[in-house]
Amino acid sequence: MVVHLQRTEEQTDLVFHALADPTRRDIVRLAMQGEYSVSELARHYPMSFAAVQKHVAVLEHAQLVSKRRQGREQLVRSRLDTVRDTSALLDQFAALWRDRLDRFGDVLAAQEGNPS
Amino acid sequence: MTVTTVLTDKEAKTLTLTAQFAAPIDRVWQLWADPRKLERWWGPPTYPATMVQHDLRAGGRVTYFMTGPEGDQHHGWWHVVRADAPTTIEFEDGFADNDGTPNPDMPVTTTRVTLDEHADGGTRMIVESTFPSDEALAQLVEMGMVEGLTEAMGQMDALLD
Repeated sequence: MVVHLQRTEEQTDLVFHALADPTRRDIVRLAMQGEYSVSELARHYPMSFAAVQKHVAVLEHAQLVSKRRQGREQLVRSRLDTVRDTSALLDQFAALWRDRLDRFGDVLAAQEGNPS
Repeated sequence: MTVTTVLTDKEAKTLTLTAQFAAPIDRVWQLWADPRKLERWWGPPTYPATMVQHDLRAGGRVTYFMTGPEGDQHHGWWHVVRADAPTTIEFEDGFADNDGTPNPDMPVTTTRVTLDEHADGGTRMIVESTFPSDEALAQLVEMGMVEGLTEAMGQMDALLD
C-alpha cells in the first residue's frame, strides 16, 4: 500500500517554517488544549502583543491554528482537523516509523563492515 | 530501501510495517536489546535518543530522553509487556515529564515487534503499532510534528508518488 499524505509540498514547507520557531511551537502546543485569545497568549511570552500576533499569523497561514473573532477578542486554537483524518494520521505515523526503520537498516549495515 | 510494505487499518487504528534485512536474526535483535545500539536509530538525527534505563524483560522498563537542537529534552518510556529473544517484543510507549515520570495525559501506543529469519539468513521484521483512539493519534502526530519526531517533512516528499 502506497503512503498518501494529505499535505502538498508547499503546505509542508509552510508547516516546517512555522514550526521552526520555539515560540510558535509552544503556541501550537498551548492551543491544542483549548482556545486562547491572542492577549492571553501574549502573557505567556516575554514579547509584545504585536509580536505574538505575528507568530499567530504565520501559524494560521500554515493551517496549524485557526482564529475566530469573539467580541473584541481573536480566539486561537490548533487546527487538529488538518491532521484529524485517521488515514492521514496513520500515514504520517507510518512516515515516522519508516524513517526510524531506515535508520535501523543503516545501523545494521554499518555493523556489517565493522562487526562489534 | 529497508521498509517493504506499510499497511494502515483505519478501523483497528493499527499501522503495520514490514522490513527486510540481510543480517541474521541475532544481529537484528541486538539493535533492540543493546541500549547503545537502540539509541543510534530510535530518535532522528536532530533529536538523538539517550537511553537511561533499559530492562528488556516482561514487566521491565525502558526510559529515555531525546535532545533537540536547542538542548530541549523530551522524555519517554516503554513498559515491556513481552520480550522473547530473538523473536518478539511487545511494549507500551508513552511520554514522560522532564524528571522521567510518565505523563498520564499523553496517549500510550502499543507496539509489537516480530522477527523471523529466512532460509537465506536474512531477517524479516514486522512492527505493528496500535493507537487507543483517533484523538490520541491526532495528538501524537501533532506532538511528533511539533517536536520534530518526523524529522524533516522534506523526507516525506519521497513517500509521495
